Amino acid sequence: MEQLLANPYVPPLILTAVIILVFPLIAGYIVLAERKVLADLQVRLGPMRVGPYGVLQPLADALKLMLKEDVIPSKSDKWIFWLAPVLSTFTALSAFAVLPLSDRFFVADVNIGILFILAMSSIGALGLILGGWSANSKYSLMGSLRAAAQMVSYEVPLGFATVTAIMCAGTLSMQGVIASQFERGVWGAFDNYGLMLIPTVLFIIAGTAETNRAPFDLPEAESELVAGFHTEYSGFRWALFFLAEYAAIVVISALCVTLFFGGWLRPFPNVAALEMPLNTLFPAGLFALIALGCSKGVFRQFLVGFRLVMAALTGLFLLVAAAFVLPVVNELMIGLFWFAFKLAAMVYLFIWYRGTFPRFRYDQLMDVGWKWLIPISMFGLILNAFVQLMGRGYGLG
Amino acid sequence: MAETTLAPPEVQAETLLDSNELVLNMGPQHPSTHGVLRVILKLDGETVLGTDCVIGYLHRGVEKIAENRTFQQFAPYVDRMDYVAAVSNGLGYCMAVEKLLDVEIPPRAQAVRVILTELNRLASHLLWLGTHALDIGAITPVFLCFREREEVLKIFENYCGARLTTHAFRIGGLQYETYDTFEKECLEFCDLMEQKLKEYHDLLTGNRIWVRRTKGVGILNAADCKDYGVTGPLIRAAGVEWDLRKAQPYCGYENYDFDIPTAETGDTFDRYMVRMEEMVQSCRIIRQAVDALPEGPIKGKVGKVIKPPPGEAYVSIEAPKGELGYYVVSDGSLNPYRVRVRPPSFVNLGALDKMCRGSLVADVVAIIGTIDIVLGEVDR
Repeated sequence: MEQLLANPYVPPLILTAVIILVFPLIAGYIVLAERKVLADLQVRLGPMRVGPYGVLQPLADALKLMLKEDVIPSKSDKWIFWLAPVLSTFTALSAFAVLPLSDRFFVADVNIGILFILAMSSIGALGLILGGWSANSKYSLMGSLRAAAQMVSYEVPLGFATVTAIMCAGTLSMQGVIASQFERGVWGAFDNYGLMLIPTVLFIIAGTAETNRAPFDLPEAESELVAGFHTEYSGFRWALFFLAEYAAIVVISALCVTLFFGGWLRPFPNVAALEMPLNTLFPAGLFALIALGCSKGVFRQFLVGFRLVMAALTGLFLLVAAAFVLPVVNELMIGLFWFAFKLAAMVYLFIWYRGTFPRFRYDQLMDVGWKWLIPISMFGLILNAFVQLMGRGYGLG
Repeated sequence: MAETTLAPPEVQAETLLDSNELVLNMGPQHPSTHGVLRVILKLDGETVLGTDCVIGYLHRGVEKIAENRTFQQFAPYVDRMDYVAAVSNGLGYCMAVEKLLDVEIPPRAQAVRVILTELNRLASHLLWLGTHALDIGAITPVFLCFREREEVLKIFENYCGARLTTHAFRIGGLQYETYDTFEKECLEFCDLMEQKLKEYHDLLTGNRIWVRRTKGVGILNAADCKDYGVTGPLIRAAGVEWDLRKAQPYCGYENYDFDIPTAETGDTFDRYMVRMEEMVQSCRIIRQAVDALPEGPIKGKVGKVIKPPPGEAYVSIEAPKGELGYYVVSDGSLNPYRVRVRPPSFVNLGALDKMCRGSLVADVVAIIGTIDIVLGEVDR
């Protein structure tokens, strides 16, 4: 076993398999979280029927989508119609390869990691375009045209914001970016006397557009284009597009967390006094609180199944809370915990937008992209470069 | 499967290559055509060159049904036209028949009619606001609006047992006396509404995206409004102070103190603001009417059998969507000889093409939303 794990190819392969197998489930639960958070913003309950408080809803949804009839429009370009969701999902999932989930868990620490992610998200746009094009439907076509225009224009500010962060870190490797934030003793977002906030905000805006999320969800604008590029898709193919979308959200959020919010580092990584409260008390307390919340369900309801599931969840979260107190487990998992925590905060932000903003119009989207975001991102890059240079006392290197 | 190509493929391809025009069929099954409206859009890219409305998918022949029903029997049918403002419909029809009968309506019945009609205006505007925001991509307001609308529907339910198609009024007055807590609930709702309107303003009015999506979109100026016969909030947003409640008061509206909100340009944002302000004014009217609710009978002197003398009557009222007119002809029998409705939704929808030309696809749904149509009323 030891020998097997020592093989440089084995742990990444295991992790890859785990990501591919587990991510659909995680995506399902992100969808549930989105529905629940939106419901909370909109004074309603969200899914409540499948399992206690709807906790089994994602499983039911997945089952339904897999059993659904697979319709291919008779006049579509069948091969491309088949290829498009595959392409989208493949590129979105392959970007996971370079995500630094923690100091130990990552598939690969490539020296061009960030470039790889940007490349993959660009190819992912192709999936949307082909999907809309091949369906031979006018709504799909308009959706994919919008997707093409939007992704091309918003990749520019996204790229500039990323370049600014890379410049600050001095490396393209994801782990390297985190290491440099540790060395500089400050999160990327607040570096250069707070000037890095400009690319941070731009990255979040452009990232939202890049993932086609509200208020930039024009390619699938429900009230205008029915469902945009995936109008003609149904069943499992549609689910793949959905999976790709949520994978893209996770990747963009992860990239944002890595570049600007310290990745798997805890807040204030250089302040030793905060080691105990932040790395042990905080996660243990958080999971204990969740367990407490679940335990209410055990006593308030009368259905046996309901109480059993809630009891199981309570036990699970208590166990996790307890695990974080153990030094061995804590050391292993704390990076993953902080990464997941920050990621969840970003995903929450994405959902929050969706509940708050109306949708942009196509021309306004281009307007915002080209007239505001790109100039500001270029300005931010130059400003940060200047400050960086001053900070080094004109020394180069 | 039968192929339905009009021209051989080569010719088709050629014409497609020749022009940049795309014909897009929107509806009747489309998320934001508010029911079964079908709009055929002629597009150049995303720019709208022209629109063509196809209506009639919800045609039930309501006007024809009237000829085979007695005057009382037909009253519930009118609720099914503009079903989100059923009370206004009922009021218009009852008033038209009452004009034929030449019957005096007791003041208490008048006041209750005003209260219920204004409550219904609030319910209708709330539904409009929610769906309009939903069309523009703001998915939250619709739930908030439905939360408040529920309170109105509860009052209706308590009053007459029905929530949507209420049939609240009868020819000659009211069927039911108000219930014990009616006044209190109405006043409470007005308080709630004024408080919640601030919430809507916070969510939308100050939102830059919302303003950009609505300002300058679907402009219909005063002259065009008059040309197309457009009424209601649309003409008021264009700067014309035209409200039948003031222009030709009915039901004792002359006794209440309220303003007619107007705006300047007649774009979607102005119509939004006008409707928002109308909700405030409706609350004002309800407050005054509840405070001065007279005692007395609730039904005028009409017999069990309604048999108006031969003649004709046209009554128009200010429904939430505009001028709602009822033209009723009696030949002296139990059934109306002819009933003709002047539905605000149908007339206002006529201006869709004018408003849409030159705008983008996304604006079309915003404009359909801002006209505030109910297909039940358009098609009848």
